[in-house]
Amino acid sequence: MKMRLPAALSGFLAGAAHAADLEVSVEIPRLNVAEYHRPYVALWVERPDQSVAVNLAVWYQLQDTAKGEKGATWLKDLRTWWRKAGRDLTLPVDGVTGATRPPGTHSLTFKGSRAGLAQLAPGSYALVVEMTREVGGREIIRVPFEWPASGGAQTAKARGSHEIGQVQITVKP
Amino acid sequence: MLRNLTILAGAIALSPLALQAHRQWMLPSSTVLSKADSWVTVDAAVSNELFYFDHVPLRVNNLVVTAPDGSRRQPENVATGKYRTTFDVHLPQPGTYRIASVSNTVFASWKENGEMKTWRGDAEAFTREVPANAAELRTAKMNSRVEVFVTAGKPDTRALQPVGIGLELAPVTHPNDLVTGEAATFQFLHNGNPAANLEVTVIPGGIRYRDQLKEQKLTTDGEGRFKVTFAEPGMYWINATVGASMRGPAPAPGPSPSGPNAGPRTGGGPGPGPGGRGFMPSGDRSSYVATVEVLPQ
Repeated sequence: MKMRLPAALSGFLAGAAHAADLEVSVEIPRLNVAEYHRPYVALWVERPDQSVAVNLAVWYQLQDTAKGEKGATWLKDLRTWWRKAGRDLTLPVDGVTGATRPPGTHSLTFKGSRAGLAQLAPGSYALVVEMTREVGGREIIRVPFEWPASGGAQTAKARGSHEIGQVQITVKP
Repeated sequence: MLRNLTILAGAIALSPLALQAHRQWMLPSSTVLSKADSWVTVDAAVSNELFYFDHVPLRVNNLVVTAPDGSRRQPENVATGKYRTTFDVHLPQPGTYRIASVSNTVFASWKENGEMKTWRGDAEAFTREVPANAAELRTAKMNSRVEVFVTAGKPDTRALQPVGIGLELAPVTHPNDLVTGEAATFQFLHNGNPAANLEVTVIPGGIRYRDQLKEQKLTTDGEGRFKVTFAEPGMYWINATVGASMRGPAPAPGPSPSGPNAGPRTGGGPGPGPGGRGFMPSGDRSSYVATVEVLPQ
């Protein structure tokens, strides 16, 4: 117990040094197509060199299909995420991976104390959103932001052109 | 003389090694897969247009499938049709697989009782069938490797370790980690040593639907390395050749660049071919083809 205390304490202090929270809203557009499947979605924080700083969320089909096909088979179709992070992970990842979601705007809050964000050094980053849809298209967009927020809450927006709707990120001090 | 030339022309038309006028290739159904226990199916053909099977199938007498742990896997459902060969490969382990069609052939000619004899077969059969004390013995080794790389999960390089025979592509950039706009570096090895100043040809697939070949001619540096940037996503054909041309008549007999016992002995290969075809290449030759997939950013 004595051994663990300093580690726990230092982790707390590191988190406390810039305890900003990330609020993200992501719109999955309602598409008028003959065959619609919910998209696979990946959200992550990217460094200026395009390496992955933090995996925030990955939504994919967790259950096997009626035919016994594994939903993880198509994770590679989140091409950029797969190459930069997915193939190095053992899935599912607690607090990151989840089921696919229906069309609409999904609001997510990522606490600054969360693993990854707590260790995120101050600097320039981008929120990356990648979506890919079975028998549909794929799109990736980047929303730049500064971490942590200086002054008040900082908000940035972007909109995809075909697979991704409105994306908004707010960095709260 | 005329008769000899006719025989030679016939030999070139029949030999699988003589299809240099066309392009040999394999094309996997996927190169990047999410997880182990996946399957890929591979087409193998020889054609001018990449990657359309419209000429002859690639004869895959010696398929060498190397698993991520270095073990060999057997291809399944191998079938050769009019225009292409197809086969399936099961990928039970995570990691990178190397799927190659390899041939190592020895050509020999010698004088016996005043008569010229010629022979063709693999290296093992050579020691068995060609008299060791043959007079005026000349040999030439022909090596060909046509391969693809497939990764289930995270790419690794154990299956990509050089075999040390003929031309091989050693990864600097992993062959299943290629995207548009990022320069990739590879190294060519010849018999395990860096192949410096080697001309490398890189051609994107989809030739049928464009007017320009879009071929890149690159030259390896002193370490056998070359750098290539892929403008468009898709399948790319990478080719290099060292040694004597297989086309045209063989030149007059001269000193062979290698003795019958030089170089590694390999099993497999196309097996002893019908001897006495009268065909004798002018020297050793090695050709290499890889098909790699480039994904969009």
